[in-house]
Amino acid sequence: MDLRKLTAVELAAKIKAKEVTVAQAAQAVFDCIGEREKLYHCYVTVDKEAVLRKAEEIQQKMDRGELDGPLAGVPVAVKDNLCTEGMRTTCSSKILENFIPAYSAEAVRNLEKAGMLMIGKTNMDEFAMGSTTETSAFGVTRNPWDAKRVPGGSSGGSAAAVAAEECFAALGSDTGGSIRQPASFCGVVGMKPTYGTVSRYGLIAYGSSLDQIGPVTKDVADCAALLEVLASHDEKDSTSVRREDTDFTSALAEDVKGMRIGIPRDYFGDGLDAEVKEAVRKAAGILGEKGAVVEEFDLSLVNYAIPAYYTIAAAEASSNLERFDGIKYGHRAKEYQGLHNMYKKSRSEGFGAEVKRRIMLGSFVLSSGYYDAYYLKALKVKALIKKAFDDAFAKYDLILGPVAPTTAPKLGESLADPMKMYLGDIYTISVNLAGLPAISLPCGKDGAGMPIGLQLIGDCFQEKALLRAAYTYEKARGNFGTPPMEEKTGKEAAALSLQEAGHQTCGGASANVGCVKCSTEMR
Amino acid sequence: MANIISDETIEYVGILAKLELSGEEKEAAKKDMGRMLDYIDQLGELDTEGVEPMSHVFAVQNVFREDAVTNGDMREELLKNAPAEKDGMFMVPRTFE
Repeated sequence: MDLRKLTAVELAAKIKAKEVTVAQAAQAVFDCIGEREKLYHCYVTVDKEAVLRKAEEIQQKMDRGELDGPLAGVPVAVKDNLCTEGMRTTCSSKILENFIPAYSAEAVRNLEKAGMLMIGKTNMDEFAMGSTTETSAFGVTRNPWDAKRVPGGSSGGSAAAVAAEECFAALGSDTGGSIRQPASFCGVVGMKPTYGTVSRYGLIAYGSSLDQIGPVTKDVADCAALLEVLASHDEKDSTSVRREDTDFTSALAEDVKGMRIGIPRDYFGDGLDAEVKEAVRKAAGILGEKGAVVEEFDLSLVNYAIPAYYTIAAAEASSNLERFDGIKYGHRAKEYQGLHNMYKKSRSEGFGAEVKRRIMLGSFVLSSGYYDAYYLKALKVKALIKKAFDDAFAKYDLILGPVAPTTAPKLGESLADPMKMYLGDIYTISVNLAGLPAISLPCGKDGAGMPIGLQLIGDCFQEKALLRAAYTYEKARGNFGTPPMEEKTGKEAAALSLQEAGHQTCGGASANVGCVKCSTEMR
Repeated sequence: MANIISDETIEYVGILAKLELSGEEKEAAKKDMGRMLDYIDQLGELDTEGVEPMSHVFAVQNVFREDAVTNGDMREELLKNAPAEKDGMFMVPRTFE
């Protein structure tokens, strides 16, 4: 039995039936890591010894009948912006290179309570600011479908790790598409839940009013099961919502009869790749054949979501990232004159270019004289966007469209023109502005063999409708398959990794701090 | 480019952002910010007269709880992350003369 081909739910069933031990499941993951991590570099930190100890602990608890959750014993990866007690948490930034949290994020605690086995911390764009995972201070992550391409971002490490079978499921965070877009690029399933569904306690904040933690998984059933583990009301997060309907796996039925699905015409205009357009339209057709009522409509305001989003996100980022001042944790400059100079030097040395760019923009739009014209204006536009979605959901149960205008670009193509990269978020960011749930799942491949993602958007708290439609589509679509990694992970791959990326020092399954230099070269 | 960012503005924003940018970074920041603001300016095309700014999508209210300590003494763990520490305290440069 090849464990690595199992989904998380299938693996959990085998562990429960004592056909597989937790240690064997962990070993299957470490085998993949040993074979592939050098090339793909999905992780920032993995502590194998600690994981194997923990696997033993979970096994004993399961044997004693103390743990029987539907995902108990399943190896899971965690994005490196979620605090993990005793394990380095870097946000892929030099400023947090040596930060070891004294507590775990609530979402991570929920994984532990469910008996899931945390394998390590996944690579990401620095502070989740980026759409390619190339802004990481610890080197790029590569797309398992084609190592010359980006995995998307910012949760690129999580999506690539699931695709490369270096874990059975992963946690990501989504501020403007950071779960859905990498899931789309890597041919896996990713969901951004309704704002407030998963506690943000212990998530290192980027844009607090937009951030939401969610699952990255191999299929829709895993997505529902992991969301069930993650969703909880938490007094430590004042925006946490108390929900009674978190039995998400109950929604996994092949039934979309009479479901009203709207396709925004505005999502199929200029800039959308023809192959992506065709694949998404075909997916809509399949849902129609299954009994859904699919029609086109005008959502409106689509183009205004990007400027509104970048104003609000940058403003919140500039405020949230003020805490990194070199006093209590994080990088402190070696030489400085006085307190204020120490703040400035520590921050300037610790943050990368994209993070600085957004902090500067955010500080500007919040400054006196510009606050009304930019920040307040963006919040008003946000209200209009929310209203446009409210009107749409008065007519439709779900909205269907692409996740991103294109499939995964080649490494190094995106950072040269940040503005172009921002435009790639057009179909995902309005969902965050309106606090809505949305799921991304594979719906085809382009001519180069790269995965294309289908996005379904629901009204607030309608994750079950999303999961039902996604599950129905997935069953009709059939097995999507895994990346053709075998051909690419041999000697050839090692050579590619060394020559092209030049990050010889990173890519191991342990800390790879020396790679800061190499990632700078990549930019 | 409609938005021209002056040297003074970049200096001022640098103070607000607590960032010390090199000459090269300042020039790049001027260009980037001007370009982003040009882009953001298209929000001006929308009539938002009478629209309430929406900071939160749900009608949330402040959440209160009893002011009771629930965590233990974590001084040791927290100080482990300090860049500089002395006698169980965070060490910082002299702040008052």
